[in-house]
Amino acid sequence: MLSIKDLTAKVGAKEILTGITLNVKAGEVHAIMGPNGSGKSTLAQVLAGHPAYTVTGGTVTYQGRDLTEMTPEDRAKEGIFLAFQYPVEIPGVSNAYFLRAAYNEREKQAGRPELDVMEFNTLLKEKSKILHIDESLLNRPVNEGFSGGEKKRNEIFQLAVLEPKLAILDETDSGLDIDALRTVSDGVNRLRSKDRAFIVVTHYQRLLNYIVPDFVHVIAGGRIVKSGGKELALELEQRGYDWLKPAAAGAAR
Amino acid sequence: MEDVEQLATKDYKWGFVTDVASDTFAKGLSEDVVRAISAKKNEPSWLTDWRLAAYRAWLKMKAPVWPNVTYPPIDYQGIAYYSAPAAPKDKKQSLDEVDPEILKTYEKLGISLDEQKRLQNIAVDAVFDSVSVATTCKDYLEKLGIAFCSFSEAVHKHPELVRRYLGSVVPTHDNFFAALNSAVFSDGSFCFIPKGVKCPMELSTYFRINAADTGQFERTLIVAEEGAQVSYLEGCTAPKRDTNQLHAAVVELVALDNATIKYSTVQNWYPGDKDGKGGIYNFVTKRGKCAGVNSKITWTQVETGSAITWKYPSCILVGDNSVGEFYSVAVVNNRQQADTGTKMIHVGKNTRSTIVSKGISAGRGNNTYRGQVKVAKGAAKARNYTQCDSLLIGDRCGAHTFPYIEVQNPTAKVEHEASTSKISEDQIFYCKQRGISTENAINMIVNGFCKEVFRELPMEFAVEAQKLLGVSLDGSVG
Repeated sequence: MLSIKDLTAKVGAKEILTGITLNVKAGEVHAIMGPNGSGKSTLAQVLAGHPAYTVTGGTVTYQGRDLTEMTPEDRAKEGIFLAFQYPVEIPGVSNAYFLRAAYNEREKQAGRPELDVMEFNTLLKEKSKILHIDESLLNRPVNEGFSGGEKKRNEIFQLAVLEPKLAILDETDSGLDIDALRTVSDGVNRLRSKDRAFIVVTHYQRLLNYIVPDFVHVIAGGRIVKSGGKELALELEQRGYDWLKPAAAGAAR
Repeated sequence: MEDVEQLATKDYKWGFVTDVASDTFAKGLSEDVVRAISAKKNEPSWLTDWRLAAYRAWLKMKAPVWPNVTYPPIDYQGIAYYSAPAAPKDKKQSLDEVDPEILKTYEKLGISLDEQKRLQNIAVDAVFDSVSVATTCKDYLEKLGIAFCSFSEAVHKHPELVRRYLGSVVPTHDNFFAALNSAVFSDGSFCFIPKGVKCPMELSTYFRINAADTGQFERTLIVAEEGAQVSYLEGCTAPKRDTNQLHAAVVELVALDNATIKYSTVQNWYPGDKDGKGGIYNFVTKRGKCAGVNSKITWTQVETGSAITWKYPSCILVGDNSVGEFYSVAVVNNRQQADTGTKMIHVGKNTRSTIVSKGISAGRGNNTYRGQVKVAKGAAKARNYTQCDSLLIGDRCGAHTFPYIEVQNPTAKVEHEASTSKISEDQIFYCKQRGISTENAINMIVNGFCKEVFRELPMEFAVEAQKLLGVSLDGSVG
């Protein structure tokens, strides 16, 4: 589904990604871990097409297409979803309205008829039940006045409604208490399927107790320094990231 | 953020010119011109004298210099003060007698003058340059005792009402542009809702400037007697021309005991091109008087057009417990300038007013909110709430706020809230990541910003306003 090869990217003049290589197949869950400032969130942003980041080398192929040539909105319409670390507030625009606009963009792209307000509300209600989302949230303005936990939950709710092929979760666990973490993880687990891939970016192993990954990758210094199965996360929990740093330095040589 | 900075203007689609023969006065203004307009309308002598008094007052006045707008001095002798489609000469009795070219114009603008429009529950008075060319649903409204007709017709059919209320809210010498209007106004709409009648349909006037080098000076007068209710809509467009044209209107509203008047405007005059060439100068005086107890006047305006806007729809709250409301969205793009706001003058006890102003600036536009809240000595327990928000798109535009608050009664409560925000790159990226294009994202954010105002518009108008906002800001993003 997604093939990243020797990807390098910078923000401003600063090189952040120094050569990422990663293959993701449908149905897989990949965890991206690493210390602060290692480039894990940058990878998420670059895949989504954030304009602040410039790809300077390497290739990213998504479903056979050159991802770097696609606009952010086209990536979204083709099934890439980013759950933001800091979801943005849009005052005065209701969640339901926002989601319907996003949903219908995908339908249009796929050549399917758009849903009207009634049809879409039915869909929203179903989804909100599955994820135990309070219906009142649907009519509140997008993220405005939401608590940290509500914002993250809302991201997962959007994920559920938009049903992407590739979902990227950028530090979805940050700032969540244990109950919220469980709710959010439950939501994600329900959405796992053989057609859908996940890239879960996280600093802590904790989240991976709930969302069990197929692969764990450690990023340091802008490249993947170690890959393994879910047990790698446990090892990191015990030993921290420091023992991998020489490997990063070595790889850079 | 480059996205939001690149500017281009989508074509103003209402900018066509209608080819009709017209009866236009030579340019210039003098007592003779004032008399000639009055004669053209076959007006009674009291009205001719009223005009002349206004003209003489105007001669001694100077155009206001305090608005936060800049424009070269207007040559008042370079304007033709009267222009009417030439035929048919006699007073038209039905739509069949209106020049088909003009009917086509309105059709093209999406305004149906067909009596069938009644099904949509809107009666229309169509003003073309200086005169009203048609008013629909008149007969139906007349049966209810409602008078809805052109101002010229009202002068003849309801002389006592016109004489009683004309200038009662905006006196001839009120300000420079009101005085000019009083001297040379050519037509407009008149609307009278008798005691206890709730007008069953929306009344509307559609103003169209067609001729070149003319000014439009119309006068609207709405009177709602005790317990009457009316909702009135106003729309306007003009052809694209590279010279500026002056539109100086006066609107007066009078609400007696327990009466309610809701006045909504979607102003879409030609704003000029992207370099600021051409466009309408919209210098308008709008004022309502809540004369009776428990009366209520609501102004709702969506201002997207005009090269320069200078207007402050106001309420004078004389009756005890009367209510004044002002909801406004003002958009400036390219080189447009707007200095707009409201005045709420609290005179009676327990009077309440609400002001919600949303200013949107894009391109090199300059948007100024100017508002006055005045609580007179006798206005015990008067309350005002003002909310004044500005939204900036790009970083070459400007937003300014000048609130004036004057309270002379210690029991009054006045609140003022203001905010300025900018559409952020993060907001746009968030929308794009969900598959929504930059243009639609801006539209959505702007509409969300204006929601409190759109809510106040009649349903059909709200839809229209949202679309218009989209067009006005089109091209404000790359």
